[in-house]
Amino acid sequence: MTDLKSNPSTAAATSAPAAPKQRKLNPLNGVAHIALFLWALATAGPLIWVLLASFKNNTEIFLGKPFAMPEHFSFKTYADAWNEAHIGQYFLNSVFVVLISTAGTMLLGAMAAYVLARYKFPGNRAIYYLFVSGLAFPTFMALAPLFGIMQSLNLLNTYTGLILVYIAYSLSFTVFFLVAFFKTLPAEIDEAAMVDGAGHLRRFFQIMMPMAKSGLISITIFNIVGQWNQYLLPVVVMQGAGADSKWVLTQGIANISTSAGYHAEWSTLFAALTLSILPMIVVYAIFQRQIQAGLTAGAVK
Amino acid sequence: MRHGKYPFIIGFLVVPLALYLVFVVGAYLQMFQLSLTDWSGFGGFNYVGFDNFVKLWDDPVVWTALRHNLFLLILLPLVTIALALFFAFLLNVGGKSTGGGTRGVWGSKVYRIIFFFPQLLALAIVGVIFGRVFGSDRSGMINGLFPESWTPWLFLADERWALTCILAVLIWQAVGFYVVLFSAGMGSIPEEIYEAAALDGATKITLFFRITLPLLWSTLQVAWVYLGIAAFDAFALVNIMSVNQGGPNNSTQVLSMQIYLNAFKFSQAGYASALGVVLFFLTLTFAALTLRVTRRDAVDA
Repeated sequence: MTDLKSNPSTAAATSAPAAPKQRKLNPLNGVAHIALFLWALATAGPLIWVLLASFKNNTEIFLGKPFAMPEHFSFKTYADAWNEAHIGQYFLNSVFVVLISTAGTMLLGAMAAYVLARYKFPGNRAIYYLFVSGLAFPTFMALAPLFGIMQSLNLLNTYTGLILVYIAYSLSFTVFFLVAFFKTLPAEIDEAAMVDGAGHLRRFFQIMMPMAKSGLISITIFNIVGQWNQYLLPVVVMQGAGADSKWVLTQGIANISTSAGYHAEWSTLFAALTLSILPMIVVYAIFQRQIQAGLTAGAVK
Repeated sequence: MRHGKYPFIIGFLVVPLALYLVFVVGAYLQMFQLSLTDWSGFGGFNYVGFDNFVKLWDDPVVWTALRHNLFLLILLPLVTIALALFFAFLLNVGGKSTGGGTRGVWGSKVYRIIFFFPQLLALAIVGVIFGRVFGSDRSGMINGLFPESWTPWLFLADERWALTCILAVLIWQAVGFYVVLFSAGMGSIPEEIYEAAALDGATKITLFFRITLPLLWSTLQVAWVYLGIAAFDAFALVNIMSVNQGGPNNSTQVLSMQIYLNAFKFSQAGYASALGVVLFFLTLTFAALTLRVTRRDAVDA
């Protein structure tokens, strides 16, 4: 992600032949700026529009002029979205579920990956490939049988069920990534600790985990974002009588969108959307570097 | 090895493996079993042999869905990768070539931050936003931009364009991620190569096709696979954005939606499992094909 920096010595050596070309390349540079600017506009435009529309009443929204300023700013729509449309409830549900499921994924994933990466035993390869093969298939493929399993275990419409399913479906990538990562760490320190008499558990928690910090952070971010954004699994698991009070944020927002057209003000929907986007912007602003690294980590490997 | 190795290995593996076997492997295995039954989703079932597969073969909606998945499978990676490569190249190498060294354009950091942001948003939330962006009257963002005399575009309500709208949203969300991914790849290409080629009088376009593209080949493969998986899914967008879950008139119907509808709306969970089995083999074929087609000698950077 670093820009290519020009090396002073080679720059001096090549400046003479490159200089005449500079003018010829300028039009391309202009085009570059226009293209980049347009895409930035296309990316930010809809989000800015959502923010503006959250302050408008239905009349203003149906007037068109999507980027006109709202007539007055009132946060009533936000209060409505938070309380009456239950966005606050859904938001907290999401936080609760993702907090536990990501922690669980990381602990169980790191344990499995450590054993698979660092210990020789019969069946090691088979178990590794079993985990990794899950990467090839889309989650929705086995939707009906998953529902059946949840039903027979009485886990439908429970947080326990949702959390267990989140963990199970996150293990493939977590194990795949961490096995590769653990293998890159030097074995010497681990072996030295073993000679000193440190047990297996101690070596895992006090030597491997601190050494693997950067990899663990990347994959934690990956799992938080992935599980926070999950829509298919909660739709399958959280259904049935009384499920709507346990919905996660994605389900709640999707539901407001289908019902908004019939009774509520559109602005409530836009306020709800803004409320769900804003935390992401704040978190992104703070952890921009780590988030980009975490989400691209799997692909770069 | 030390005493107590096996209890440790088993202790670390048993919980993650059990979760994975029950909820992931178990679901896939049951999918094969249930595909041969008339299970409705609740209660018992009878074995019906290959009836579901015969029915599937004769089901025009399934063929329509499959065609739409292929449409996404071809166009989503193609357009996304082309756009992302273009932007990444502009950001990294597109700047003024002052003194032979190549630099990113001015503001490339800001562009990268903006472009990447949609990746953080849940597809479900993106779907709700764009459901309104593509609103078919003046309350929609795009139609609202035009003067009052304008006859609004129908977008998602228009059979001819509904699927293209969904494709556009998938592209909108994905491009930034691949810009960052390709930027990282381009950053690792040694600048001496560019300098040498620039000395030989290569233009930026030649640089792109002769140096950047071949050296990024392995990253492109990864991108292709990831986008292929996304194209197979598309459930969240279709479920939230489209008229009547795959409409109008099945014009946005995809396999994931079909599996969901059959499992949870039409009480044909056995049939949904059969669809899953077909998809299982399609995914395997896709994976094998990708490996074959993209296998090409990578030039080590």
